[in-house]
Amino acid sequence: MSEATPDAGAGAPTGDDPFGALLDDCVHCGFCLPTCPTYVLWGEEMDSPRGRIHLMAQHHEGTPLTPEMAGHFDACLGCLACVSSCPSGVQYDKLIDHTRAEVEREHPRTVPERALRAAIFALFPYPRRLRAVRGPLRLYQASGLGRVVQPVLARLSPSLAAMERLAPPLGRARRLPERIGARGERRAAVGMLTGCVQREFFPQVNSATARVLALEGCDVLVPKGQGCCGALSLHSGRTEEAKAFARATIEAFERVDAIVVNSAGCGSAMKEYAALFADEPAWAARAAALSGRTRDFSEFLSELGPRARRHPVEVTAAYHDACHLAHGQGIRSQPRELLRGVPGLDLREVADPDVCCGSAGTYNLLQPEAADALGERKAIQVGATEAELLIAANPGCTAQIASALARRGTEIAVAHPAQVLDASLRGLGATPLLSHPDQIARTTMR
Amino acid sequence: MLQGLAEELRRVLRPDSVIDDPVRLRTYECDGLTVHRARPGLVVLPEAAEEVAAVVRACVARGVPYVARGSGTGLSGGALPRTDGVLVVTSRMRRILEIDLDDQRAVVEPGVINLDVSKAVRPDGYHYAPDPSSQQICSIGGNVAENSGGAHCLKYGFTANHVLACEIVTPEGEIVTLDDGPGYDLLGAFVGAEGTLGITTKVTVRLTRNPEVVQTLLAAFSSIEQAGEAVSAIIGAGIVPAAIEMMDALAIEAAEAAVACGYPENAGAVLIVELDGPEPEVAHQFAQVKALCLDAFEQRVARDDADRALIWKGRKSAFAAVGRISPAYIVQDGVVPRTSLPRVLASIDRLSRESGVKVANVFHAGDGNLHPLVLFDDAEEGAEERAEGVSGAILDLCITHGGSITGEHGVGVDKARYMPRMFTDADLDTMQLLRCALDPAGLCNPGKVFPTPRLCGEIPRVRRGEPEGELY
Repeated sequence: MSEATPDAGAGAPTGDDPFGALLDDCVHCGFCLPTCPTYVLWGEEMDSPRGRIHLMAQHHEGTPLTPEMAGHFDACLGCLACVSSCPSGVQYDKLIDHTRAEVEREHPRTVPERALRAAIFALFPYPRRLRAVRGPLRLYQASGLGRVVQPVLARLSPSLAAMERLAPPLGRARRLPERIGARGERRAAVGMLTGCVQREFFPQVNSATARVLALEGCDVLVPKGQGCCGALSLHSGRTEEAKAFARATIEAFERVDAIVVNSAGCGSAMKEYAALFADEPAWAARAAALSGRTRDFSEFLSELGPRARRHPVEVTAAYHDACHLAHGQGIRSQPRELLRGVPGLDLREVADPDVCCGSAGTYNLLQPEAADALGERKAIQVGATEAELLIAANPGCTAQIASALARRGTEIAVAHPAQVLDASLRGLGATPLLSHPDQIARTTMR
Repeated sequence: MLQGLAEELRRVLRPDSVIDDPVRLRTYECDGLTVHRARPGLVVLPEAAEEVAAVVRACVARGVPYVARGSGTGLSGGALPRTDGVLVVTSRMRRILEIDLDDQRAVVEPGVINLDVSKAVRPDGYHYAPDPSSQQICSIGGNVAENSGGAHCLKYGFTANHVLACEIVTPEGEIVTLDDGPGYDLLGAFVGAEGTLGITTKVTVRLTRNPEVVQTLLAAFSSIEQAGEAVSAIIGAGIVPAAIEMMDALAIEAAEAAVACGYPENAGAVLIVELDGPEPEVAHQFAQVKALCLDAFEQRVARDDADRALIWKGRKSAFAAVGRISPAYIVQDGVVPRTSLPRVLASIDRLSRESGVKVANVFHAGDGNLHPLVLFDDAEEGAEERAEGVSGAILDLCITHGGSITGEHGVGVDKARYMPRMFTDADLDTMQLLRCALDPAGLCNPGKVFPTPRLCGEIPRVRRGEPEGELY
């Protein structure tokens, strides 16, 4: 089982002021400060969870939402490290989601800000549109134009520069079939979420996930109708948009017993559906059922127990906790256990594992300076482990850290735990993890 | 007036280190104690001693009061800002400047987090001994101001025992270093002065070698009296544990809800007894301790460091964890002679029953430092006043039993009114002589510690304008 996720605090939302009750849970002890990435960077109260809750309370009491306030909310990565460190059970996840929605309603954004947000939310949650940009992106990457374009972009727009830098090197995207049969005696039948960015930009992670599940005795169903789970919208205050995506996801996965998700942010969002639809009688039960059936890849395999034979993968690896896995879902031990079960794999811990790498969904596109500073910090800590391979359950994290390491002149191979397991179960050794062109982070100029 | 000061300070500090936006200022209106709030007139985030000195001199020149603040976790309102003054926040002064393992010392800036000192030297087998429950976030500068304690201070002593030197900015804006050299122990006076004698800008701390072995016992008793007797028996046997901590049923319930620390069920009280030192000594005394905890219905020995950390997690998160079982509460801090513990606890229980106000007890049993948590519902009319009444009555109990109104949280603004219950006017005047000697203008964290701040001029025998050099 996963480690317990913090449950409701004393002031669980009840009565006629649920948001006020959530705010009241905070006793101002400050235990959340040391793991808050922006507090670590800037050392300011208003860029800490405790300070942001104070700002939310000011707004709740009637202070108009000032641009300064909005700036501090926008600067929050939504990494939820504060939820893990809070002894009083403050549900900061609910507080910030609600607040972001208010910011979107009340805070006028500048034209460039609006354009960037519109572009992000018109592109990323739509696999088909992502597929459309793959071709031009591949051409661009092959042309070597990046060397010329990157410095210009960096001056024009740090956000666009970040987008260019973080785009993964693209190979051919293979579609997964709708059903992949279990190898050996069938132990379970699971649905698999393919995601948006994962499906179009990291297809190798999805195929590895499906293979490992099949090799461990699962029938894997990949429903055709699935689209974006709504995580990006949900964690950016675009609640209605998120609900529309969520409803479609609920419908697509209604007929499977368990849904295995290999992207931390998506899994976290799907487990939030229950709360998202709590006030909608028509959807509440269906949403709760889906949340209850959602499992992270490593969480699912840990519950299922290992059966397939593990072959050695001789590699020194560092495991990085993706925030939406560790803080969002309380999943820390399962991926480590899974990786320790691979013979020959020397697993190293990264210092300050609770602190976010700065990727945080769209954060590195919307707040590129802070994201870079956090990436830099994490890169130094990952570098100190002297690992050859960086493993994380979220493609955003590995792209972010590998890009920060590349800026420091260090290359590191990256992989999802599913890819490591896949190599072990198929007896491929470490070579494909370390040398496959898709896995190696692209060195970029800066 | 503060607007002019803000502009002046923006020329000295980085512009974004001076905060005057009202919404931002309000996030600094209180520290870990939220019952007292005041929006600071101005907040500055200096990054060097020279910047702190420049801020202090600018304040003194304009007659503006100023208050220092570290991580803002204090529990007596010691860092409560002044609405007409400047809050000097040291959270950006957080570099560990030097680690000297041969001499077992480290030099750190005041904003460095307590636990980060231990983390930095852990691979070499050392740690920084004072361990307040808030050690994961409280700052060394704040620890110096409050002379902070912690569970292991029973054996290792308080912050004062682990600070070898302090560079400070005096209340008049001079940078000086206080150390433990011959002459008056001004360092001793400074540590625990609650920020009224100047602002710390650099601290030399003692590093303690990690003990050879650590053994931790979690003993569950059906009643708090039995647990109290076990404490007396252990200390009476001449054993000096690294820590002896007690929690009652209500505190256990809160900790369990917060961090699932897995304490035995249905315990009226638990004791955490930790022994450390050379292996043979610890083994011998640990057996003695287990035998002395005979009345415990369950004894659990920490299997490894992870298990020990979980036992401590329950204890260390207890204050904030009470937020899970009560909408609001007061964290009290008082001291009684260890031998009076059972009587005082019985009296607290009586107070609680008579008033209908629930009290959870968490304390450093080894040195009689109580932390009663007085629970109330702030939505209920008059509940806060009733809780305040019980909280004050507990302090009276401490005083009548020959104890103190604070063990480690400090007097701050919260307990200044209780000072006359412990001290005569002459006592308080004498203490203020020292303060006036160093802070003649009365601008350095005014309104803290003393119930009635006296103008320095009112006190006879104080000569003003003494050259500072003679003091150090």
